[in-house]
Amino acid sequence: MQEREFPKIPPRPHRDEAAQTLLTELVAHLRENRTELRQEWAQRITKARLLTAMTEDEVFTEATAVYDQYVEALETGTFEALQAYARNLSERIIPRGVETDEVVGIVLLLRDVLARSLFAKYQHDFAKLNRILDAYEPAANRIANTVAVGFVQERERIIREQQEAIRDLSTPVLQVRERLLILPMIGAIDPQRARQLTEQLLHGIRGTRAKVVVIDLTGVPAVDSNIANHLVQTVEASRLLGATVIVTGLSPAIAQTLVNIGVDLGKMNTVGDLQGGIEQAERLLGYRVALSAGEDKPTGTAFD
Amino acid sequence: MDQEAGSPEVAIAISSTESLVEARQKGRDMASDMGFSQSEATMIAAAISELARNIVQYAGRGEIRLRRDGADMLYVIASDDGPGIADTRQALKPGYSTSGSLGLGLAGVQRIADHFEIASSPGGTTVTLGKRRL
Amino acid sequence: MAVPILKEGDVLIASIQSALSDVDLLNLRDALVERVSQYRTRGVIVDVTALDVVDSFASRTLRELAHMIRLRGARTVIVGIQPDVAFAMVQLGLTLESIPTALDLEEGLAYLGSRR
Repeated sequence: MQEREFPKIPPRPHRDEAAQTLLTELVAHLRENRTELRQEWAQRITKARLLTAMTEDEVFTEATAVYDQYVEALETGTFEALQAYARNLSERIIPRGVETDEVVGIVLLLRDVLARSLFAKYQHDFAKLNRILDAYEPAANRIANTVAVGFVQERERIIREQQEAIRDLSTPVLQVRERLLILPMIGAIDPQRARQLTEQLLHGIRGTRAKVVVIDLTGVPAVDSNIANHLVQTVEASRLLGATVIVTGLSPAIAQTLVNIGVDLGKMNTVGDLQGGIEQAERLLGYRVALSAGEDKPTGTAFD
Repeated sequence: MDQEAGSPEVAIAISSTESLVEARQKGRDMASDMGFSQSEATMIAAAISELARNIVQYAGRGEIRLRRDGADMLYVIASDDGPGIADTRQALKPGYSTSGSLGLGLAGVQRIADHFEIASSPGGTTVTLGKRRL
Repeated sequence: MAVPILKEGDVLIASIQSALSDVDLLNLRDALVERVSQYRTRGVIVDVTALDVVDSFASRTLRELAHMIRLRGARTVIVGIQPDVAFAMVQLGLTLESIPTALDLEEGLAYLGSRR
């Protein structure tokens, strides 16, 4: 599966030596006091009623990982690892029902916890405290931003995938026999659904090696000319894959739309209803050998 | 890691039919990267192939630029300094061709485009194709 | 990159391996036409499974290929068009006209077998 690439974070601004020295000192402090600060942070998360979808142990585990990533990002000034971690974390917690404001909230809490510990440490040297905060703040803000953006992007991606999955369920391509697929269509068809439908059908033809496809439009009263065009293109594309298409349940409205866009209905393989279409398909595939007296010959052949 | 896939704009020099393969691939990569479906990405690659092919055939040399506009829009800008298309309206009619392939290619590209612009003069031609992710 | 051409009885099978440049496609066309004459071939199968894009040049060259082979008394079947490629071709208005197409090699051979 192809992994999505997210927009690259712009390169970090140049850090001067003094700021770098301060950051090194800051990072050392954060590492030394890792246990206490992490603990305090986890407690504040619980007190603020964030991440309620997770157990205390889970919160602590994630807090540990986030803390370490945070300090690492401060130290190196690079945020790619953090972004990757944020996406990974988001992928895990979004299905659990964690919301954007919770994620932003916990990162800001961490920022505060760390800032307060800096106040406590440097309270006797106000000038130095100011310098350390000057070095800390931009980095801390970028971290908060990185995590929030990563979360939101992941959320959008998941929502899109879920929508696709729902559409998959609602437009089934059914294999009813060897080499025979049926696509019953129901309701209103928008361009997105039409596109997905075609993709499923064409991939279905390939996957099941179908030779005949019955597209049933009984449940579709009307379509606009764009969708009608799309239908015709789907039929043509199916032919390129070696499949014959039988269209059933064509309403007078859709028939008229097809004629309006220039389709010669005489050339299209149509049958009144789905049952009739399946019977014709079975004949084409050789499942029904005898034609009873009076039955018309099929209008198309499987091997043109 | 492919640096370019994340960039908002990528340019490919077109100088021979070999560069078509590169242009198609980069177009496909950018489309996939933006979340276009595989079938949409294939279509974009084919459209790029047509535009790049016209450049080689009628101008010898030119450029294809691929540009993301926001999260949903991909622009393909095909430009060259060639002799230009004498009658652009005629060129867009399916079947028109002075030498076999120009008309068919452009008409198809216009058909699948969400945005399509063509500007041509004896000093050069620029075709802009925009595709919106569904 | 040259496309391998196999001979299976009186059928030639050309399997395209990867993205083809224009020159490769033209060479394939010429190579097949030559072999059809050479081997008294009855049918040619061109497997395009590995083609991830078919543009107007490719579709035209395939049509030419089929036409030239027909003039030498043999039939051509194109097999293995990818689902996405098929739809892109149709949307762009590219056609293989009356050239028969089949899903895969097996179907292509079955088609040629039934047309003696």
